[in-house]
Amino acid sequence: MGLITTNTTPSVVETEEIPKIVSPNIIVSSFDLLINWARRSSLWPMTFGLACCAIEMMAVYASHNDLDRMGIIPRGSPRQSDFMFVAGTVTKKMAEIVRRVYDQMPEPRYVISVGSCACSGGIFNTYSTVQGCDRFLPVDVYIPGCPPRPEAFIDGIIKLQDKIKHEQFRWSRWR
Amino acid sequence: MENIEHPENTFETRELNVNLGPQHPATHGVLRLMLDLDGEVVKRCTPYVGYLHRGIEKLGEHRTYFAALPLSDRLDYISSMNNNVGYVNAVEKLFGIEAPERAQFIRTIVAEMGRLSSHIVWLGTHVLDIGATTPFLYAMRERETILDLFEILCGARLTVSYPRIGGVRNDVTQEFLDRLYEFVLDFPKRMDEYETLVTQNRIWKDRTVGIGVISAEEAVNWGLTGGTLRGSGVPYDVRKFFPYDAYDKVDFDVPIGKNGDCYDRYIVRVGEMRQSNRIIQQCIEKLPKGPVMAEEAKFTLPPKDMVLKDMEHLIHQFVLITKGPSVAEGEVYVSSEVPKGELGFYFVSDGTGKPYRMRVRAPSFVHASVLPRLCEDGLIADVIANIGTIDIVLGECDR
Amino acid sequence: MEPLKIADRLKERFADEVLEAKEFRGQVSVTIKKNKLLEICNYLHDDQDLLFDYLVDVCGVDYLGKKDKRFQVVYHLYSMRHRHALRLKAEVSENDAVIDSVMPVWVGADWHEREAFDMFGIVFRGHHDLRRVLMPEDWEGYPLRKDYPLKGPEKEWRGFLEVLEKGQKFREFQWEE
Repeated sequence: MGLITTNTTPSVVETEEIPKIVSPNIIVSSFDLLINWARRSSLWPMTFGLACCAIEMMAVYASHNDLDRMGIIPRGSPRQSDFMFVAGTVTKKMAEIVRRVYDQMPEPRYVISVGSCACSGGIFNTYSTVQGCDRFLPVDVYIPGCPPRPEAFIDGIIKLQDKIKHEQFRWSRWR
Repeated sequence: MENIEHPENTFETRELNVNLGPQHPATHGVLRLMLDLDGEVVKRCTPYVGYLHRGIEKLGEHRTYFAALPLSDRLDYISSMNNNVGYVNAVEKLFGIEAPERAQFIRTIVAEMGRLSSHIVWLGTHVLDIGATTPFLYAMRERETILDLFEILCGARLTVSYPRIGGVRNDVTQEFLDRLYEFVLDFPKRMDEYETLVTQNRIWKDRTVGIGVISAEEAVNWGLTGGTLRGSGVPYDVRKFFPYDAYDKVDFDVPIGKNGDCYDRYIVRVGEMRQSNRIIQQCIEKLPKGPVMAEEAKFTLPPKDMVLKDMEHLIHQFVLITKGPSVAEGEVYVSSEVPKGELGFYFVSDGTGKPYRMRVRAPSFVHASVLPRLCEDGLIADVIANIGTIDIVLGECDR
Repeated sequence: MEPLKIADRLKERFADEVLEAKEFRGQVSVTIKKNKLLEICNYLHDDQDLLFDYLVDVCGVDYLGKKDKRFQVVYHLYSMRHRHALRLKAEVSENDAVIDSVMPVWVGADWHEREAFDMFGIVFRGHHDLRRVLMPEDWEGYPLRKDYPLKGPEKEWRGFLEVLEKGQKFREFQWEE
């Protein structure tokens, strides 16, 4: 977590001047780390199922893989969510709606592009599909696979958490 | 004075326009409905589809028959196995070949497993939409078991592409059969669990009995198929009417409803799950021995281990993959029973290795078109019940 | 009833309309002229020996450069009572791509016809709501025609261009310090 915690016994913290003794149950941290810890520990995704990957997404939320244990609870509304799974093929007709839902999300917000179709168009290189949702969305994490396994989903989320952990000042004006 | 006697004169009422979807948890994908409401009553309902139109039919015309098989996975992605089976059956009919008996039995097994997994998702989400959260979590538990079995079989969970033109990709292992049999013996108990939770549930019955009623005659005229049609009492099932694979060698019933409402359709699908279980059990018990791939050198891919050893097979594989098989000119329409209804493939062949026209008759497309008929003059809360009960998948609907 | 016998009956009854009856892999397709389509469909639907009460599918096929009349509208029919099937194909030329809607006979033709209109540009006369169903309403061109490229025309659809522009604008946006 990057925080210095002391549990039961007093511990010594080296500072530039002199070693300081910190009493038990005090946490010393930078503000960034604390905020980022809070943010990444309860990521609420927007359930945005587009195609096949949405079914695997359902499987990840459900009993067997259980994303709730990571503090991830699916939300039906973009206004309550922190990040969005673009799970499935984005068609040109749908692109406008994907973008609009993204715009409705409060900042800071993230996008996880799930599956080959959302990452690059996949096997559907046709007149009606968008060749990768990064053409009109800023994507943070790509999860490849057609569809990705639930483990890949969880890995992608951990990657996103890792990204949030190392952010500085980004939790303010970010689009 | 006048206003006191007639309070309705004091305020103005107007129809309310509500947009439902395409991003909505209860629309099972990217379906969009425009609802004109008079109070709580739906006056007009206009479905908009096409948000997932990926051009599968056009893409199929640019690929050989072998290479178009993975496209069929992505039609109805909840039960991709059934689509594969439907596709390979249609292509086999066009080629004029037949799969060996063992392969037919294996296909029947995997198709019924696909049906189970699809119906489980349907049950979970439909019940979840109406307000019961628990059955969803139970249902996904069983689904994971089936997906694990698929993984043993072919390595993929969802988009499997396991059946091949002329047979199946590989033979089943004993471990797969053992674990499947264990599952099959266990499954009726699990079904009882769901039914305890749902079937006689007071809230469930209040929300579904008498909702979305459609008569048998009307349902046939609309072109409904699958559980949606059988809920109205028409015993049309492709597995019985045009038996394909091993369906004529096993014994099963076709459950039908009476009233044609949401509740009857639920009863029909639950009955179907029990029948699927029965079919799988019989197929495992009757599974014959033999090859799993037809030996039609002109139409089926050679076995992979031979390709790597033998020059002749390598050339054969190369020609089939690059040019495609040479097919007689003609056209076939072959349908199969997928969990959603009747999935038909219509191929027009012009003698080359690629289909001249590949048409997918998607049951979800027809079922989505019947939504206005079911929803109009009903309450807005029942729209959600109706969307769940027709069991649509938008990937198949929009293709 | 045997499908070939149904074809014979159709030939008898509508001698001028039926062009060809063909069997392939046990399935019979009857090619007809489009003029009396509705009459033929009514006959198939109502006749007690035929009773085609279930319209399985309607789709278009584009025979660009292969046949005189460019399009065919294919109807797959099935009878629930008698359990027989028939394929009906109506020829439609490119210059006059208009055909009667069969919605008065089978309501289920509704969206199939809209799709054929969407994908091939075949107009169904008498359809109550002939709009594009799969593609956006201001889409140009008919995707399943043979002369339509797989990856779409050079010119991008306007609606998608707007989304791209919006994404670009938001990406370049800077907060004022």
